Amino acid sequence: MKIVIINYGAGNIQSIKFAIQRLGHQAVLSNDEAEIRTADKVIFPGVGEASSAMQKLRDSGLDQVIPTLKQPVLGICLGMQLMCNASEEGNTEGLGIFDVDVVRFSNQLKVPQIGWNQITDLKSPLFQEVADNEHIYLVHSYYAPMVKETIAEAEYGVRYSAALHCNNFYGTQFHPEKSSTVGERILNNFLMMV
Amino acid sequence: MLAKRIVPCLDIKDGRTVKGVNFVDLRDAGDPVELAEIYSREGADELVFLDISATEQKRKTLADLVYRVAEKVSIPFTVGGGISSVADVDILLQNGADKVSINSSAVKNPQLINDLAAKFGSQCIVVAIDAKQINGDWKVHLVGGKVPTELDLFEWAKEVEARGAGEILFTSMDHDGTKNGFANKALAHLSATLNIPIIASGGAGNMQHFEDTFTEGMADAALAASVFHFKEIPIKELKEKLRSSGIPVRI
Repeated sequence: MKIVIINYGAGNIQSIKFAIQRLGHQAVLSNDEAEIRTADKVIFPGVGEASSAMQKLRDSGLDQVIPTLKQPVLGICLGMQLMCNASEEGNTEGLGIFDVDVVRFSNQLKVPQIGWNQITDLKSPLFQEVADNEHIYLVHSYYAPMVKETIAEAEYGVRYSAALHCNNFYGTQFHPEKSSTVGERILNNFLMMV
Repeated sequence: MLAKRIVPCLDIKDGRTVKGVNFVDLRDAGDPVELAEIYSREGADELVFLDISATEQKRKTLADLVYRVAEKVSIPFTVGGGISSVADVDILLQNGADKVSINSSAVKNPQLINDLAAKFGSQCIVVAIDAKQINGDWKVHLVGGKVPTELDLFEWAKEVEARGAGEILFTSMDHDGTKNGFANKALAHLSATLNIPIIASGGAGNMQHFEDTFTEGMADAALAASVFHFKEIPIKELKEKLRSSGIPVRI
């Protein structure tokens, strides 16, 4: 199986690579269109600020590549947010894969949300053999509200999308690569998809 | 619901753990990677590695350690100790660290917090603050609490937040090592006046202390070293007790 992690200079890519390695696979880091298109699975990571990450995607032309991919694609954290229509962070236009706008948590809460929260209402093979209310690790200040593409929910002041799905595209707000055995299960479910 | 975090802290010198640890199942008590794996299995939510070495090769040794931990451990970890530049942070994050913690360098050069937050995002910037009470006022101290400054804890914490820190790790030098509980009053004041998560540190002696710091101290996470290293408090038992007291934890 050929797994490509999109490398566009945003995020803790090493941890994802290691998590895939612990599951018995090897992943390649690449920003090359041909390499990405021929992968069996594509992982789209991201940590940091939305507008500068989106700019990096545009500079490399990857903003045109990602939405047209046909194989299973998993966006993680900021990766998932950039797959949405837009983000309030830096007034960023997104890739428009998930029909939702990313907004900031209320100032009544501690922001960023950092730590382990629970996922509920799991509605996808991505969560096969994952129980409701399991804890996953998140670090974020912005969130995708609940929409028809929501396949997992979490609660932090509001109920919001912990994961999204549309066609071959999946996104998790949490970090499966940092979510202990539960995260490994979810990552493995993604890698096993056909 | 967002869980309260339990965070063991490992002191590192030249790539090895410093304080004696008491794990019967540990092949090499000085190997931080093996210790990290054990803590991860026992249910630690996060780990902190504090590098106290002062050698020339320090940067490379630490980056190498970060790489080896990231390779094995599937929970987040923070690295601190002597980090003073954007380049220092870059290499640690590239090797797989989730967050970095800065302390004295932030006091000496507060702009560093802005620079790091702008380049890497607030979520990976922890500012550690050591403070103790002098005539009733909490004053920030440097060099592991040895050097006093004129900075007031609460004002400095506010500034640190405004400059883009994602979290504050507050160690009370008055409580550290006493095993008499955390500085809950100061912690609660930090939590009430700031809008970012607060990690409590210094004073853990028994399980009740953790419960108190999450309730009275309003802390988001609690860090400790020796009570975990010497197995005085097994993490599993601690979390079960916290859960039975109604505190949200990950088990």
